[in-house]
Amino acid sequence: MRVSKNILIAGEAGQGLVTVGMLLTKALARSGYEIFISQGYESRIRGGHNTFAVRTGLGSIRAGVRDVDLLIALNRESIALHRAELTHDALVLVDSEHDDQAAKDEVLEADQKAPRNQTLHVPFAELAPGKVYHNIVALGIAARLLGLPESVTTTLVKETFVRKKADLVEKNLNVLHASTAWAGKQAAAFEPLPESPKSAKRMVLDGNQAIALGALAAGVRFCAFYPMTPATGVALNLSNAARDLGLVVEQAEDEIAAVNMALGASYAGAPALVPTSGGGFALMTEGISLAGMTETPLVLVLGQRPGPATGLPTRSEQGDLNLALYAGHGEFPRAILTPGSVEECFRLTHAAVDLAERSQGPVIVMTDQYLADTIQAVPPFDLDMLSEPLRPTRNCDEPHDYNRYAFTEDGVSPRLLPGTGEHLVVLDSDEHDEDGHITEDLTIRKRMVDKRLAKERKLRETILAPTYIGDEQSDLLLICWGSTLGPADEAAEILRKEGRNVGLLHFRQIWPLLPEQFLERLRQARETVCVEGNATGQFAGLLRKEAGFSVSRSILRYDGLPFTAEDILRELNIETGQKLESRETMGR
Amino acid sequence: MATMKDFGSFETAWCPGCGNFSILEALKKALTDSGLAPHQVLMVSGIGQAAKTPHYLRCNVFNGLHGRALPAATGAKLANPELHVFVESGDGCSYGEGGNHFLAALRRNVDITMLVHDNQIYGLTKGQASPTTLHGQATKAQPQGAPSQAFNPVAIAVAMQAGFVARGFAGNPDHLADLIHQAHAFPGFALVDILQPCVSFNKVNTFAWYKERVWDIPEDHDPADWNQAMTLARQFGDRIPIGVIRRDPFRPTFESHFPVLQEGPLFGRTPDRAKLTRLMESYM
Repeated sequence: MRVSKNILIAGEAGQGLVTVGMLLTKALARSGYEIFISQGYESRIRGGHNTFAVRTGLGSIRAGVRDVDLLIALNRESIALHRAELTHDALVLVDSEHDDQAAKDEVLEADQKAPRNQTLHVPFAELAPGKVYHNIVALGIAARLLGLPESVTTTLVKETFVRKKADLVEKNLNVLHASTAWAGKQAAAFEPLPESPKSAKRMVLDGNQAIALGALAAGVRFCAFYPMTPATGVALNLSNAARDLGLVVEQAEDEIAAVNMALGASYAGAPALVPTSGGGFALMTEGISLAGMTETPLVLVLGQRPGPATGLPTRSEQGDLNLALYAGHGEFPRAILTPGSVEECFRLTHAAVDLAERSQGPVIVMTDQYLADTIQAVPPFDLDMLSEPLRPTRNCDEPHDYNRYAFTEDGVSPRLLPGTGEHLVVLDSDEHDEDGHITEDLTIRKRMVDKRLAKERKLRETILAPTYIGDEQSDLLLICWGSTLGPADEAAEILRKEGRNVGLLHFRQIWPLLPEQFLERLRQARETVCVEGNATGQFAGLLRKEAGFSVSRSILRYDGLPFTAEDILRELNIETGQKLESRETMGR
Repeated sequence: MATMKDFGSFETAWCPGCGNFSILEALKKALTDSGLAPHQVLMVSGIGQAAKTPHYLRCNVFNGLHGRALPAATGAKLANPELHVFVESGDGCSYGEGGNHFLAALRRNVDITMLVHDNQIYGLTKGQASPTTLHGQATKAQPQGAPSQAFNPVAIAVAMQAGFVARGFAGNPDHLADLIHQAHAFPGFALVDILQPCVSFNKVNTFAWYKERVWDIPEDHDPADWNQAMTLARQFGDRIPIGVIRRDPFRPTFESHFPVLQEGPLFGRTPDRAKLTRLMESYM
């Protein structure tokens, strides 16, 4: 028996699939089930086809899957588009108004392909007084089929509509009850979810929301951005919280302005963050260099999508590792953190704010469309367990002798803020003396370069070691970074259940790298496979360069879709030794 | 009270006779007249000879990238509204590389005083046309004459309903100091475009050229009248008016839209855990 079910809500943009998806997701989470939501703004055949996939069940669920157990087709096209993904026992919900011949043919075709596929023809028009209530019909039926308590959906609907017009709660509840009752009377066989244990309340969060929460918890007070998918959500979440939590969020005229504003704010004392995607990040590179030269703390969130140039704006890729690694002219230290889950999005963003202040320079948090839009149920973050991020000091004893770039042993100079005392804080993008003023003294130049680079030692002190799951020694070691953690972890677990000795090494920080943290493990494995979402194996290349270690092979995906465990397992069955074979299979 | 001496005296990298010297003196006088102490002042600049000015002044300095002074100044002012923020740079930095930021700053109306050393030429890179170089003026890089129409920053600022727009002249430092003083006192974004000869690279718009053309805006000019302001702003030829062209004190500042900024600077505040907890609960 499959341990989880995959529910796919599919339809056109504007049909409210996210609304019904989110309600169903919350109902599942509140009922104690694990959830994993991946969203696709898919346009595989024609534009405007969107999906909201809810994978749910008991036990740990860390990635999406391709196979669909319950398809909620909000339009007819969705049946044709997804029938190849239906499992043997899958159930399809369609609007009974689509019971014309063409729809019947499509359903028939689907039935022929997988004989036990069943179709439930839902009389949306009868159950709902208008199209705006179709969401609630779908929610009622899906919840009933999955065996969720009606009390949970009732509470959710109340909460959702209570702040709107008074009679909306009642109208929606009527629709919900009618739909739930209707589903109860249908003969279609659909195995409900196994009974869930009681669980504590959890948050239903996507990657971008978790990043925003991490930033807020770390005391971020300034965010400047220029909208760009898939990173815009970070700024929108901060913006929604701005008034209550006391921060300034400004939509800048371009990404160049955004990054320079953030540096100005950071200089004046507001912990600052800029979210963007590859194209915007490219524009920000001069600002990253400025952060390096002026030793100004800055957190950049790089939500990757496939490039080059505009690429596939709504899809996912891990193709900007080299961009993040080398962005900005000149030589200066930086850190790059790569969360692999919604929870890590929170923790690593919090850590990034602290690290930026400690190292007085740029720290990049890298996600991608997949992780940005991934929704998971996570327990509320324990704020008391978080360490208080470092803050700049405000005053010094000898204000007239203060030098912003004073030479110190570890390269980190005491950072004061302008205007908080009689000291003067002088910052310059030119090479500068200890007091911050422009200099062309080449002896000082060399000392300043050394000072800035010395701070990399500071960064090395706090490198987050890659996490390892598996036995002490593994036959097969899967290596991943960032969002590939979920699918790789699941693939490893499936293989372990089959008796294979498989380890998983997840890099949540890809720069700086400290080979002593992982090299031995790489050497001990019989076979090492790097799984990453790009065409050229950028992380495998970085491992070669930094640790002198060449992985046995890479599994790469760069068609715009995220990995699933199934993909990785399929690729692993290919005979090893032909490194590039995997490219041809998935990159078409 | 701080005196001009408190703002320091430094050796500069400027050519003898450069208009920057008198602008620097006028600035020191304006800062002193405004009752400011060096540590209250933040000078933000970009790149160019004018952008070096903050290095010749005792104050807080953010000497950032070419064209990016305004965004950095905006971020700093929003992070700490108590800072007295000045942007100082040249015509190339402010209107060329930073053109988009200039337009955005006019729209935002953050309480920043922008001083542009406008010598109608690129000095630091030795004599190429700037956005304000006159149409047809021959330069090293445009030997057949600058092919593009000159940018009129003052007219653009007035057209975009900027709250305070003035034009000054480096050859009249007392008048200029008064303009800077007024610009700083104005609650909102204030532009002072300062005509200035470049003795090394602009042989057309010389000290004498400006001296012949500038005239004080008469007292009967009403800077609150947009039409009058626009008429003056467009005059740049045989006669160039200097003084306050436009003043509209009724435009709300950008900062006034953020209640959080009414509570002072953004530094030193710890996250409110109760509010964060409530935010987390909203996701349940």
